[in-house]
Amino acid sequence: MARRVLSVVGVVAVVAYCLAPFYWMVVSAFRRPQDQFDDSPVPSRWSTENLTAVFSGGNGFGRALLNSLVVAGCTTALTLLIGTSTAYALARLDFRFKNAVLGLVVAASMFPGISQLVPLLKLFTDLNWINSYQAMVLPSLGFALPLSVWLLTAFFRQLPFELEQAAMVDGCTRGQAFRKIIVPLAAPGVFTTAILTFIATWNEFLIALSMVNRKEMQTATVAISKFTGVSGFDQPFGTQMAAGVVVTVPLIAVVLVFQRRIVAGLTAGGVK
Amino acid sequence: MIIMTDDAPSAPAPAEADAPRGTTKDVQGTRRLAALLLSPTLLVLALVIGYPVLAGFRESLYARGQGLDADGFVVEGERFAGLDNYTSIFGGDRSDAFWNALSNTTFFTFTTVVLETGIGVGMALIMHQAFRGRALVRASILVPWAIPTAISGLLWRWIFQADGVANAVLGREILWTAGGFPAKAAVIIAEVWKTSPFIGLLVLAGLQMIPREVHEAARVDGAGPLQRFWWVTLPLVRPALLVAVLFRMLDVLRMFDLPAVLVGVNQRSVETLTMLAWSEASDLRYGSAAAYATVLFLYIALIAYLFVKLLGADIIGEARKASARRAKAVA
Repeated sequence: MARRVLSVVGVVAVVAYCLAPFYWMVVSAFRRPQDQFDDSPVPSRWSTENLTAVFSGGNGFGRALLNSLVVAGCTTALTLLIGTSTAYALARLDFRFKNAVLGLVVAASMFPGISQLVPLLKLFTDLNWINSYQAMVLPSLGFALPLSVWLLTAFFRQLPFELEQAAMVDGCTRGQAFRKIIVPLAAPGVFTTAILTFIATWNEFLIALSMVNRKEMQTATVAISKFTGVSGFDQPFGTQMAAGVVVTVPLIAVVLVFQRRIVAGLTAGGVK
Repeated sequence: MIIMTDDAPSAPAPAEADAPRGTTKDVQGTRRLAALLLSPTLLVLALVIGYPVLAGFRESLYARGQGLDADGFVVEGERFAGLDNYTSIFGGDRSDAFWNALSNTTFFTFTTVVLETGIGVGMALIMHQAFRGRALVRASILVPWAIPTAISGLLWRWIFQADGVANAVLGREILWTAGGFPAKAAVIIAEVWKTSPFIGLLVLAGLQMIPREVHEAARVDGAGPLQRFWWVTLPLVRPALLVAVLFRMLDVLRMFDLPAVLVGVNQRSVETLTMLAWSEASDLRYGSAAAYATVLFLYIALIAYLFVKLLGADIIGEARKASARRAKAVA
């Protein structure tokens, strides 16, 4: 019985630890601007004023969301396109230097973004690519591609490749066996990898901050951090919390819907 | 360990050796297919990572700005500076900023990883023992992870305002984001909040792999709960934990978003190496920015190497085990 109580207390503690700061963001977003500095756990008067302020003209937040969507979408699509075949080879084929390639992928995923950024910043300045989508997508491949190759390899390893051999015995060519047997079985892993890569790119900050100096091209994370208040020194926390809610709630909804897959992906990959 | 050698004999997989076709031809075919499938990724990595490393190193040997050439004429633009950028990092009048950033980076890495590991293991044990509410815990544990770091930086900046909720709860008047130790503490708290659930998840996965009988046996032999944790649970989750800790360490070493948003750039108290290199680059001093970035890169590589060597974190070991298992299963 004592164990049971202790366990419930523990569960409550973990849930409170994880959710309390997030709850504070939501509550702050729904306060009236004049109640901003209230410390009451529930707003005295609920209001959506902050939410409307987020989308008001000055911030260009709609455009920022669109930019984030384009950058994260393109990066995810490109990494999957490139990474799937590599992961297949790493999981399925036996060849020399396989461990070397795996080591390279891991090393690449540990690579500090800033070492990549300085030369690329210069290169893209020369190419006139500053303030363009490709200037954000290409460097993002540097962390997104190793991440997705790593995750896909982990997923593909769990596939029953004996089925493929069985299909080949039954007269399928290697290509047919791949298309008809392996692709449908691999789809869930690819899907999970897509979600994780998308989230990682969506949350990216350093590249998006450095490669862009025009407001119309900022991604959502950068735009929120640069929201300006009425006076320059007055940080508009209410608006920022509301924008944070707008950005994170869809993300959290997706995460919760696919939580089993995501947990499987995170633990299989062991990567951020 | 990251072992770059092929320790498994990479001779044809048993299944293919049994194939009626000529073995050598098959091996060649596999090799060609592998090369074909790998090349796009390797090409992209060479472009977006390999090129920047080399170009960055080259850049770090150049300086920008005005200088006098041998005849006393003023020259503009880039000039070869040799190791000047490095010597001024370690010993020049700007060396102070570098040592400060290096010590901040190291301090953050050490403290956050220790705290995260402790809290993460605790969370994993709670989740593993949970009788009810498992689904709720698993859902809520993903929330800190899913919030973009820049936004959680803002969130914590709001919490740590002078008249914010942190001071209200503590009943103190601490200026968290003004600098000094409170600013460091604020960054550490925010970072630990975001990442310890991640360690918790990985350790939980490790815990769930431990067969119940092992614990039963230890209990029958008279081991108490603490002894069982220390001598049974911990050694068995060690591989999963080591990999998680290594990835966390390398991630904190390159930290930028959180201190930049929570406290601000160019703040001595929380400036990390990445932030220092970034502010150099945004002042268009690419040469010294590249030198800082190169130093950080080497620092990360050194720590990864030491960690792997000393503690034997087996990152790609899973891969080798899996392929060995498959080879055995097929044979």
